[in-house]
Amino acid sequence: MIATRDSDWTKMFNRRAAILGGAQGLMVATLVGRMYYLQVLQADRYRTLADENRINIQLLPPPRGRILDRFGQPLAANKQQFQVMVIPEQAPKIGQTLEILSQLIDVPDHERERILKEVRRKRSFVPVTIKQNLTWEEMARIQVNAPDLPGIVVDEGLTRYYPIGGGASHLLGYVAAVDEADLTGDPLLQLPGFKIGKLGVEKIYDMQLRGKGGTSEIEVNAVGRAIRELERHEGEPGADVTLTIDERLQRYTAERLEDESASVNVMDIYTGEMLVMVSNPSYDPHVFARGATPSEWKALSTDSHAPMINKSIAGRYPPGSTFKSVVALAALEHGVAGPDATVNCAGFTTFGGRRWYCWAFNQPTRAHGNINMVQAIAQSCDCYFYEMARRMGVDRVAAVAKKLGLGDITGVGLPNEQKGLMPTEAWKKAATGEPWQPGENLNIGIGQGQVTVTPIQLAQLAARLANGGLAVKPTLIKKAPGVEAPQLESLGFSPQNLAVVHEGMFEVINGARGTARTFAKLKFTDAERKGWTMSGKSGSVQTHRISKAEREAGVKKQEELPWEERDHALFIAYAPSEQPRYAMSVVVEHGAHGSDTASPIARDIMMKVLEYDPSRKPRVDEDVVAAAPPAMVPPAPAPTATPVKPAGDGQ
Amino acid sequence: MTDGFYSARLRRGDMAPTEKLSQVSWSLLFWVCCIFAFGFAMLYSAGGGSFQPWAGPQLARFLAGIAIVLVVAILDIRILLQYAYVFYGLVLILLVAVDVRGLIGMGAQRWIDLGFINLQPSELMKPALIMALARYFQGVGIEDIGRPINLLVPVVMTLVPVALIIKEPDLGTALLVLMSAAGVLFMAGVRMWKFALVIAVGLGAIPVIWPFLHDYQQNRVLTFLNPERDPLGDGYHILQSKIALGSGGLFGKGFMDGTQSRLNFLPEKQTDFIFTMLAEELGMVGALGLLALYVIVLIYGYSIAFRCRHQFGRLVAMGLTTGFFLFFFINIAMVMGLLPVVGVTLPFISYGGTSLLTLMLCVGILMNVQVHRDIQISMRGGIDF
Repeated sequence: MIATRDSDWTKMFNRRAAILGGAQGLMVATLVGRMYYLQVLQADRYRTLADENRINIQLLPPPRGRILDRFGQPLAANKQQFQVMVIPEQAPKIGQTLEILSQLIDVPDHERERILKEVRRKRSFVPVTIKQNLTWEEMARIQVNAPDLPGIVVDEGLTRYYPIGGGASHLLGYVAAVDEADLTGDPLLQLPGFKIGKLGVEKIYDMQLRGKGGTSEIEVNAVGRAIRELERHEGEPGADVTLTIDERLQRYTAERLEDESASVNVMDIYTGEMLVMVSNPSYDPHVFARGATPSEWKALSTDSHAPMINKSIAGRYPPGSTFKSVVALAALEHGVAGPDATVNCAGFTTFGGRRWYCWAFNQPTRAHGNINMVQAIAQSCDCYFYEMARRMGVDRVAAVAKKLGLGDITGVGLPNEQKGLMPTEAWKKAATGEPWQPGENLNIGIGQGQVTVTPIQLAQLAARLANGGLAVKPTLIKKAPGVEAPQLESLGFSPQNLAVVHEGMFEVINGARGTARTFAKLKFTDAERKGWTMSGKSGSVQTHRISKAEREAGVKKQEELPWEERDHALFIAYAPSEQPRYAMSVVVEHGAHGSDTASPIARDIMMKVLEYDPSRKPRVDEDVVAAAPPAMVPPAPAPTATPVKPAGDGQ
Repeated sequence: MTDGFYSARLRRGDMAPTEKLSQVSWSLLFWVCCIFAFGFAMLYSAGGGSFQPWAGPQLARFLAGIAIVLVVAILDIRILLQYAYVFYGLVLILLVAVDVRGLIGMGAQRWIDLGFINLQPSELMKPALIMALARYFQGVGIEDIGRPINLLVPVVMTLVPVALIIKEPDLGTALLVLMSAAGVLFMAGVRMWKFALVIAVGLGAIPVIWPFLHDYQQNRVLTFLNPERDPLGDGYHILQSKIALGSGGLFGKGFMDGTQSRLNFLPEKQTDFIFTMLAEELGMVGALGLLALYVIVLIYGYSIAFRCRHQFGRLVAMGLTTGFFLFFFINIAMVMGLLPVVGVTLPFISYGGTSLLTLMLCVGILMNVQVHRDIQISMRGGIDF
């Protein structure tokens, strides 16, 4: 009985144990199958996912290339900057730590609120910036007190620095944070704190200066804390850009202009290299690198002296009497006047039923009398040039002016360059629908009316006159050592005609009756340069019309007018007269007479230029340049009685 | 000494402790030690190559556990039989105490602090219920199994603690206890169709029970059904676990070189997800090795049950073996994404005191059945000389 029952039990037990065991075996097999699926079949996929999990690729910003002057002096460089940050997890009592810190450096209350807010938002090991651009002293103060400041760290980075301050801001531009519109897909642009060039050379050569970012593969844990660096690919630092600017001259010019609203451009008449390009007043480019405040923006953009505008390329002015050099050359080229033919100046010309005054009318002498071309240039006789323009008509003047580069962009390579305007009869018809009035020719003759030019065009004009009619163009970028300057094309002017204009411009400064004889004579005393002279042409441009009533009441002196109503003062020049190498333009807004305001500035700067004579000197830091013969070396200037025209581009 | 004499003594069970020790399955203990060695190595790795905070304490507990195994193994099995209900009752009271403490607002905890150990009554309930059920069926003849009363009592004995454990809430352990009990009932001879009925009713009840589950429990099930549902929330754990497993490949990333575990992408790598870490560092080879050890222990359990001559021992051995199987199966299936995350640890491997000591207690009971396999026990369960 018991045995039977036992055997029944055993049978059932064994049967059920087999079922259970079989089921468990199947389930274990399922586990093995799943393991095989995950660890063998899908292993590659999961391995990738695991790496994506743990590896965080960080971009390493490359140091931005420098902008150098022609001698290798930095105009824009990178400066070490210190910033203080707090790592919340290392600062258990963060409020107290900030309290102590604010006794060492200034941390405003609203900043403290921002910091605490950021600390709450971010993970505890992510550093939060407290203050940037610490002075050396502040940095040292924090370092000394480090034991009392748990979690406070000082980090160093690079910030853009312009040793020349605001002295070249318009030329160099500035760097600032990336805007939405700047995003091009370059991952560097997405880096927080990354700065790109926004204006000037910084903008134009941004790609070259920027360099290529490196990468760093960081192993991170589940909450994103960096554990170690796995791999590092260094990027390429940005390349330096070498300009043709001479930092010493640029700095001198900026200082010389003081508060004037002005533009000065100096260029090499054979290579087109710009030695100076100053637009005054300027702004501090460092403001933009750190981010300008709204009030700073407002101050800069509403200033009557327009500090944000690069007047050298974007300021458009009537050329005034400086244009008489162009009209004179045009008259000779078109054969409407000979060098010795005279025009009678009675203090005014009557044309079209009204009087066209010469500036001499307001002088004690009242008139220039019979005057030839050289003297007409030297004394800036309006009557003479009314007559020349009347004889030629605007289109023949424009043909020569355009050859000399007026009314067209020079292609110096900066953003926002303006064309100005050299009107023609066809232009007027197209622009206004009205036919050209003969009276307008007279206005053009003295550089007034519709014609406008930029200061850099005026410098180019002076250079093209001085180099014997070669089509030189201004450039800012220094050619790599050994690269030949391209041969300059001739503009096709007759050397005899140019010589007449040269003589006139020589007389402007050095003649007994020249308009700029008082302030523009070079005053060298050293043996080498004693007797060197400068040639030029002054100009002043009315910014408001003198009414008949005013003229009869006696024209007011410029000094009596409010600043906005004074004439613009212009001056173009080249030197040395006999063997020219440098040409320049000076435009002083509302500076009154060109001969009084602009010419001494031109003289001082030109003397500095000749003193340094930068185009003849090799770069101090580059032996290669020193060893290579300069692209073009004109014969050493020597004071001679007769102007010697350079032999063109053939050497 | 003849075999007959020997077996007569064995039948009576009057063996000296040394004799009993010689009957202990030392090889089973060896395999258990092998499994623990795996776990010890993993806890050492999880601690970043240090005995602290996990490997050292766990080793101490394991050594204490070996003492428990041997002591329990040589107790007279009839004492286990006699006190099965008492043990069950005591654990039940502890479970109620834990629940009541949660109810009166002292914080819902699964354990009772005994000073030297945080005791989890739900863990202890596994062997207690198995023994109590075995005790119950020891007195029931095969022809009486079908009587409703013989089904009702064990079912009540099972459902009361299961309900209490669910309330803690510890769904994983409740499931383990329930299914181990089902294993005992199955081996005791309860009809197949009754199981089928219960399963059918259970499936039918899911829509009724669903609203009563905690949000996180619902989420776990939903996440299991679609792990990509919320990859940074509830799906995160299981996704990271699969990444760790898969990236381990065939041979693993090397001991202590698991990136997922070392960089904390794996949650609870020392407890619930320790198998993942093992499979990541030692690869499929290591995982299969551990699985093989588990299967070896399983086979030992079966063979002990087969060789036992009394119903109590057989049911206890089968119940414990089934429980052990479910224990490691649910954990491994869970970390591999085959089951929802229910919070079941891996036997002998996961860090945790009560769990390890309970397991050692179970091994001790299994050994006890092995030692006392030939003893005759009366129908009523008393000691029969």
